[in-house]
Amino acid sequence: MAPPIKDDRYKQVEKTMKKLSYDRSALIETLHTAQETFGYLENETLKFIAKRLKLPFSKVYGVATFYHYFRLKPKGEHTCVVCTGTACYVKGSQEILQTLEKRFAIKAGETSEDGILSLLTARCVGSCSLAPVVIFDNKTQGKLTVQEAKTIVEELLK
Amino acid sequence: MIENIEELQELANKKRCTLQNSPQEIRICTGSSCASLGSDILQKELKKNFKLQKLDEKCTIKSVGCSGLCSEAIMVSHYDKEKKQETLYANITAEDTEKFYLYEKNSAVLEDKKVDTSTHFFSKQHKIVLENAGKLDPNDIEDYIAHDGYVALFKALEDFTPVELIQEIKQSGLRGRGGGGYPTGLKWETVSKVESTQKYIICNGDEGDPGAFMDRAIMEADPHRVLEGMLLAGYGCGASKGYIYVRAEYPVAVEKLQKAIKQCKKLGILGQNIALSGFSFDIEVRLGGGAFVCGEATALIRSIEGNRGNPRQKPPHLSDAGLFGEPTVLNNVETFANIAPIVKNGAAWFASIGTKTSTGTKVFALSGNIKNTGLVEVPMGISLEELIYDIGGGVSGTQKLKAIQTGGPSGGCIPASMMDVLVDYDSLKKVGSIMGSGGLIVMDESVSMLEVAHFFMDFCQSESCGKCVPCRVGTVELRDLLDKFIAQTATKEDFELLKSLCEVVKESSLCGLGQSAPNPVMSTLHYFEEEYLQGIYDD
Repeated sequence: MAPPIKDDRYKQVEKTMKKLSYDRSALIETLHTAQETFGYLENETLKFIAKRLKLPFSKVYGVATFYHYFRLKPKGEHTCVVCTGTACYVKGSQEILQTLEKRFAIKAGETSEDGILSLLTARCVGSCSLAPVVIFDNKTQGKLTVQEAKTIVEELLK
Repeated sequence: MIENIEELQELANKKRCTLQNSPQEIRICTGSSCASLGSDILQKELKKNFKLQKLDEKCTIKSVGCSGLCSEAIMVSHYDKEKKQETLYANITAEDTEKFYLYEKNSAVLEDKKVDTSTHFFSKQHKIVLENAGKLDPNDIEDYIAHDGYVALFKALEDFTPVELIQEIKQSGLRGRGGGGYPTGLKWETVSKVESTQKYIICNGDEGDPGAFMDRAIMEADPHRVLEGMLLAGYGCGASKGYIYVRAEYPVAVEKLQKAIKQCKKLGILGQNIALSGFSFDIEVRLGGGAFVCGEATALIRSIEGNRGNPRQKPPHLSDAGLFGEPTVLNNVETFANIAPIVKNGAAWFASIGTKTSTGTKVFALSGNIKNTGLVEVPMGISLEELIYDIGGGVSGTQKLKAIQTGGPSGGCIPASMMDVLVDYDSLKKVGSIMGSGGLIVMDESVSMLEVAHFFMDFCQSESCGKCVPCRVGTVELRDLLDKFIAQTATKEDFELLKSLCEVVKESSLCGLGQSAPNPVMSTLHYFEEEYLQGIYDD
């Protein structure tokens, strides 16, 4: 494989591996850096990491798919993460999720066809006092009603 | 470089003097709840304008960690350094910004936001782990040192042998705060006795239990306290390397810990030959990837090693073959946060708090249908009644209390009729729940116990790593059975099957996740059987 190292983003990934002396245990840390720089983990990136850490591709792919945090597909332009932790559940997060799914015609975990909106869920974001919580484009908003959540997403998409 | 306890005290005194430069302090909570309501913007705004209006000579603006009363966010407090008096203000919004400029002349401008601190919410708490939260700037190691930080470490390095240190922890009666309740001193002693050139200390900051945010708050509010605990563990057990495994979903905690580690290295508190004692220790942060199973010890270790987080059979125990095959101590964030106070104040002091078998305090994250949501720290042995009504303020809304869930997906539900149960490891176990890591969710009568059981089973099913059959297949079957009860299409045979399947999954799963997955079903079956019976279709 031709080293795509010219791309500055690969340099970031390389830096993490170097810091951890190209040890096999650096894999997860490297995947985190890669996702942060590229936005998601595409096959090319995974192959690059496999080669540099001298690991089989299957192993890298296996680890990347084991952890929920890693995305193998690009995220939409806007993201909306509905927390489905216990506190949020008790306060009606399911209803928020269902309403958003229906209104924007996508399922949780999917990105709309035009690539504008990703609707995601989180197990718990640790802001249980504010339940129910939704994170819109990295901004946490709590104590939401179904209507408020819908309006915020509609505003985002404008 | 700080080489001995005198130099540490000197630095502490120097910082205390600079802190006295301004007679007052405004502390702004930047915990997760307050931050999401814009406390960081408020903090920047105030800092900027205090400087412009030259108010900063009299009053410093400080960002602090979670102060606990998250339902009243944004929390701001005013601290008078001479009088050593703190006044709390709640529900602060951006509109109140102007009032802080007038505060110095007339503190009555904020009178309507003042919090009455004589209530049970404050008086019944006992803060050890959270004593610095809401007071210290987590970004500043000197602030920690000025509040007697790292005194325990230097004291131990100068006065204690590793054996004496472990003896102290053993006598304190401290038990693991991650939920299991294994005696911490005993765990350390086992590892200290194993012969090996390399040993590891791991701090579990994965906190995957939905509804729990204690560890997050500790790491964000007082990161140095966690590091100090790990350093002491390293000294006691003869380890030279530590890892903190933190969820990637907690970016602020990761940032604070990394900053804290850097500051420690600069002062020689981490690194080679700490305080010329010959003891060397280094700590690295490792990011988790959002897998609940990685809270299980062997899975967590696999994950740090760069693998899928599949647990393995025990034995060998971690004390013999842990991380990279070497002897390893693994403790939870809150456990490590208890270590420095024990060393500083003595085992007898710690053992005098709480009950005989559960000493010390426990931090709880109160959430759900309760008035005062947030973080509280109470002495062990307090009753649930006191915790929910006196401290938590009772149920929010108009409905009555139905049940309390503790221990997350591995725990159980305790019905409203049993509020006299004491909060300690053994009492909670007796009623079919567990202490767990400290998530406590209050549910009112509008909540269906069947749906709660289904919620947790759905969680365990999707979090099952898939390695062993009872957990992988059993959780799916259990969830499908619960579906039938919710749809009221279950048969009497389904009811029997549900009970026996719970037993099978519990008895035959490989790791703790599988073994405890049926707990939410079993405890609701025990206390709320009628809801299951209503789900049986009878013709």
